Order: sequence, then structure tokens, then C-alpha cells
Amino acid sequence: MDQLSTYLAMGGYAAFVWPSYAFAALVMAGLALASRRALRHSARQLAALEAGDRGDRRARRAAPQDPSS
Amino acid sequence: MNRPPHQISRMSLHRFANPTRFLRIADAVSPWATGLAVLLLAVGLYLGLAVAPPDYQQGQTVRIMFVHVPAAWMAMACYSLMALASAIALIWKHPLADLSAKAAAPLGAGFTAIALVSGALWGQPMWGTWWVWDARLTSFLVLFFLYLGYIALWQAIDDPTRAARAAAILALVGFVNIPIIKFSVDWWNTLHQPASIVRMNGPAIDVSILVPLLVMMAAFNVYFVALLLWRIKAEIIARRVRTLALARVEPEAGA
Amino acid sequence: MTRKRRRLLTVVAGMSCLGVAVALMLNAYGDGLVFFYSPSELESHHVTPGQRLRIGGLVEENSVVRQSDGLTITFKVTDLSKTVPVSYRGIVPDLFREGQGVVAEGSLGADGVFMASNILAKHDEKYMPPEVAAALKKSGRWKDGAGPEGVTKP
Repeated sequence: MDQLSTYLAMGGYAAFVWPSYAFAALVMAGLALASRRALRHSARQLAALEAGDRGDRRARRAAPQDPSS
Repeated sequence: MNRPPHQISRMSLHRFANPTRFLRIADAVSPWATGLAVLLLAVGLYLGLAVAPPDYQQGQTVRIMFVHVPAAWMAMACYSLMALASAIALIWKHPLADLSAKAAAPLGAGFTAIALVSGALWGQPMWGTWWVWDARLTSFLVLFFLYLGYIALWQAIDDPTRAARAAAILALVGFVNIPIIKFSVDWWNTLHQPASIVRMNGPAIDVSILVPLLVMMAAFNVYFVALLLWRIKAEIIARRVRTLALARVEPEAGA
Repeated sequence: MTRKRRRLLTVVAGMSCLGVAVALMLNAYGDGLVFFYSPSELESHHVTPGQRLRIGGLVEENSVVRQSDGLTITFKVTDLSKTVPVSYRGIVPDLFREGQGVVAEGSLGADGVFMASNILAKHDEKYMPPEVAAALKKSGRWKDGAGPEGVTKP
């Protein structure tokens, strides 16, 4: 336990070391999630366009899965 | 945009040819890149936080280097890639080039933000200041605004063709900043120290600190590739959606 | 000339012009872009006393003296050819030590002593664990205070 708190204290620089890593993790995880979401969003749009009949928007929204994918 | 219809169909055929091949390759590479990125990040964090020794001068704050340097490196590499893609887009009109630059921009902006924030958090305990307006720090802040400007330009112009051209020109003009960042520490007196890795007499970092740093740099690199593949794919699909939507509207309105 | 070729030439010419323009500008404003003057540059720049500026160099070995009030320290900044005496009242950064880089913000007094209002530590590009530094010093392969150029690498 003592060892852990010594480690976490980072020689008195904990207030600088850990926020650096936390900010990097936050930004990188955020970018990864946003990129995944953008990909899923446009894939769903394409599937809806390819599957749905023109003018029948309600049916398209009810069945967003593209049967061909 | 008053292209005659026959030209539109020829253009879209040209546009579809390459992206389709790209999507095939991307789908094959993507899982491997993602897996490798996670693996390298895990190994790099372990080496950087648990194995690497403290520095003889800077103590434990040297660990900030393992996120600061890879982020700064990727911020510059990403911008260089965008400038290259923009040149290709402007000259050869390659269908994937402007999409790649657009997809890379938010990643570069993220890396730049990480480098700036971790640099401030490193500067305060070691230099005695969060920020100074020396040549290195200032030119790096300019890089951040170049990224924001590039992203804003894409958002501000509705017509994708015109947005792509304006953004590509901005990316190319901003590229002069990259050598300024790189050599600022050699050309002028700065508070920031000169390069540690790419250096005349070889790296000035002991192996025990250099290896974790290189692993983290590799990790950031592969992370970038993995995310870039997703983002380019998303852009290709979004463009296809736009083309399809246009094609459905046009026959109704026209012929 | 094909259109592609013309576009290629336009981009290359544009980038070249831009590069030359920026290079000229940086060259012209180069003096304003330096963050600090070295003691040698300070001498050749004819600084008027009272003018605010920054000087930088290494803290000379055995030059740091804590004054009797306990707050003021004096030391010498050297670039290994010229030195400038500095007086400073306040807290110094963790990295401030003899033989290390330093940047002092303030103004030159009429007596030639630089009155600093702010002290920043500047470190070099070398990183190593304490044991390696100790081993280097022990084996005599360490050149203390030899400046950023002269220090051996591990």
C-alpha cells in the first residue's frame, strides 16, 4: 500500500504527470469513439438509401438494417 | 456546378473505381491496425509508467515525455501528410486525396492539443512556467490554429468541390510552419531544448528511457493509422450517400 | 502543356514563392524571434539600463550565493566566454541549479548587475537515469558545465 502511494505521488509531481496522461487518454479515446460513430452513421445512411424505396421513408426508418450487409 | 450529365456519370465512375479498392484493402488492414495499436499502447504505457527510470535532472516528470513527444511528432507528421494529400488533390485530382486530408485533420488537432497541454504540464514544474512565447511554443500554437482553420473551412463551404480546393490551399500554405517548428530550436534561442532523437551525434537519451519513448511513438503512429482508416472509410461512404441521394433527386426533377 | 502539368507547376511555383517570402520575413525579424540574449550578445547589443529583456546561459558553478535576507539570491550567467551577474528575489524553479541552463527576465542595472524579476530553468536535450549520470561522472567521461554542445552522450 505504501509502495503504491509512493508510486502514485510521482516524486511530488503527481499533479503534472497524471493529468498529462489523463488528457491524452481523454482526447485519444474521444477521437476513437467519434470516428467509430461517424463510420457507423454513414454506413447506416448508405444502407437505408440502398434498401429503402423512394418516397417510402417510414419503411426505411423502421428497417434500418440492410439485408445485403 | 453546371456539368453536363454525361460528364457527371464519367466523373462518378472514376470516383468509385479507386475508393472501392481502398475500402477492400482498408477492411483487411483495419482490424490488425486496431489490435496492434491497443497492444503497442499497452506495452508503451507499461514501459513508460512502470519500467522507465526517473531522469537524473527531471525526476519523474520525464514520464510526461512519453505522451508529449509522440503527440507532438504525430501532430507534425499528420499535417505533413495532409499537405501532401492536398497537393495530390490539387494537381492530380485523385479521388481519395482530399478525403484523406479531411479525415486526418481532427486527429492532428487532437495530437496538437495533447502536445500543448502535456507541454504546459511539463513546463510548469521544470521550467517554472506553463507557457512562454518562444519560437517553438508559438509556432506549435500556430499549428493548432491551422488545424482548426482547416476543419472550419470544410464546414463553412457547402459545395464539397470548392471546400476541398480551399482547404487544400490552406493546408499547403500552412505547411511552411512545419520546418519552422522543427528548426525553431536551432535557428533562434528558445526556452525549449533542441531535438533529442533526430540529432547529429545520435539520440541524447539513455536506452532505458529511449525504448519506452520509441514504443509509445510507434503506438501513436499505429493508433493514427487505425483511426484514419475508419475516418476515410466513413468519408467515402458519406460521399457515396450524397451521390446516391443526388441521383435519386435528379431524375424526378430533370428527365 | 496538359492541365495536370499546369496545375503541378502552379502548386510548385506557389509553394516556392511562399517559402522564399517566409524565409525573407523570418530573416528580417530574426532578432525579434529570439527568446533571450546570451551574455556575449548582450554586450554587442548596447542595452540601455532599465530596458526589459531576457538573458540566458548556464548558471556558473559555485556562483550561487543566498543573501542574508534569505530571499535574494545572486549568481552568474555564463555562455562560457562572457558572464553576467544576476540578482533575483523570489522562488526559483526546481531545475534551477549550478551548471544548468537558465533564462532570467528583467533589466540590466546601471552597475552592470542584471536585476531579474523572473527566473526560468532551461534544460538540455539529454535524458538518462541517475545511475548512468553517476557512472559517467565517475568514469570521467562527463564534462561538467561544458555547455549544450560539449557534453558527452551516454
